[in-house]
Amino acid sequence: MMIEKTLLRVIAKLLIPMILLFALYVQFHGDFGPGGGFQAGVIFAVAFILYALIFGVRVARQVIPSAVSRTLLSLGVLIFGGTGVVSMLLGGEFLDYNVLASTPLAGQHIGIYVVEFGVGMTVAGAMITIFYTFSGHVNDNLPFRKGGDRT
Amino acid sequence: MAATAYALVRLRNLFAVVMLSGIYSLFAAALYVVMDAVDVAFTEAAVGAGISTVLMLGTLSMTTDQEKVHRKPSALALILVMATGGVLIYGTLDMPRYGDANAPIHQHVANRFIEKSGDEVGPPNIVTSVLASYRGYDTLGETAVVFTAAVGVLVIIGRSKGSHMPGSKTARRRREDAMASPPASDADKETDA
Repeated sequence: MMIEKTLLRVIAKLLIPMILLFALYVQFHGDFGPGGGFQAGVIFAVAFILYALIFGVRVARQVIPSAVSRTLLSLGVLIFGGTGVVSMLLGGEFLDYNVLASTPLAGQHIGIYVVEFGVGMTVAGAMITIFYTFSGHVNDNLPFRKGGDRT
Repeated sequence: MAATAYALVRLRNLFAVVMLSGIYSLFAAALYVVMDAVDVAFTEAAVGAGISTVLMLGTLSMTTDQEKVHRKPSALALILVMATGGVLIYGTLDMPRYGDANAPIHQHVANRFIEKSGDEVGPPNIVTSVLASYRGYDTLGETAVVFTAAVGVLVIIGRSKGSHMPGSKTARRRREDAMASPPASDADKETDA
C-alpha cells in the first residue's frame, strides 16, 4: 500500500538522496561547521521516515529491517564506549583521545570523529526504531491518515 | 512565539496542537540563530520541529486527536501553578543580565575552552570540541539516554510474543494483509492468526 499521489512520490524520491547526503555532510563536517552526530543522526532517520510516510512502513521495513535499526542503536553506544576503553588500553584515561594517535591533535581528531559517528548511529537507530514501533500499532499502513483527515 | 504558545494552551484539537508545537520549535530555532547558537538551533529545528512532530502525530493516530475537556477548574491547581511560577520568576531575579561579561558562566571554564581548544583539541568548531572531547562523559551519557529511550519504547509498546497483542508480529501481518485485501471477513482474519 502506498499513497496514490504521484507528485508526493516523485518529490520524495528527489529529496531523499539529498537528505541522506546532507546528513553525511553534517556528520563529517561537524568539526568545522554547525552540526555533529546528534543532528546528523536525526536527519538521516528523517530520510527513512519520509520514505516510510510516502511509500508505506512495510516497504520501508524492507529497506531497513527493524533488526538493522536496533543493531545501529546499540552499536553506536558500543562504539562510543569502546573508544573510551581503547584509549584506556592505550594507556590514557577513559575517553582521553590524546593517546589514539602519535600526536595529541591527531588523536583528538580521530577520537571526535569516531565518537560523533557513534552518536549519529545511535540517534538514527533510535529514531527509526521508535518510529517503527509506533507505526506498528497503527491500524493501517498509512500512519497518519486518521489525523490528516479530520483537519 | 507568545501567540503560538497561547493557541497551544487553548486549542482542543490535538492535531492542530502538534502542528503548532512544531511551529513553536521553529520559532525557537530562529531565536537561537539570532543569539548565535547555531548548533542548538540546528538541533531544535531537526528534533523539535521535525522528528518530535512526526512521533507525536504517530501517537495521535494510535489514540485520538480530541482532548478530553475537564469542566471544573480546580482552585488548588491554580494556586499551585501560581506559586511555582512565582518561585521560578523570583529565582530569575538573581540571574546576571543577558550578555553580562561578569556573569559566572563567562568567568569559569568558557574562556579556557575558547582560548585553548584550538591547540588542545583542534576542530575550529568549539562546540564540537567541548561536546565530544572536554565533555565526553556527558555526551556518552546523552547517547545512553537516547539508547534508553528507544529501548524503553520497545519494552513498553514494542513487538510482543503473544499474537493477540496489538504490537505483535502476527497482529501486524494480519492488519497489513487486511489492508492489502480489504474484502476479507473477520472469520478469515481469525484463521490467519
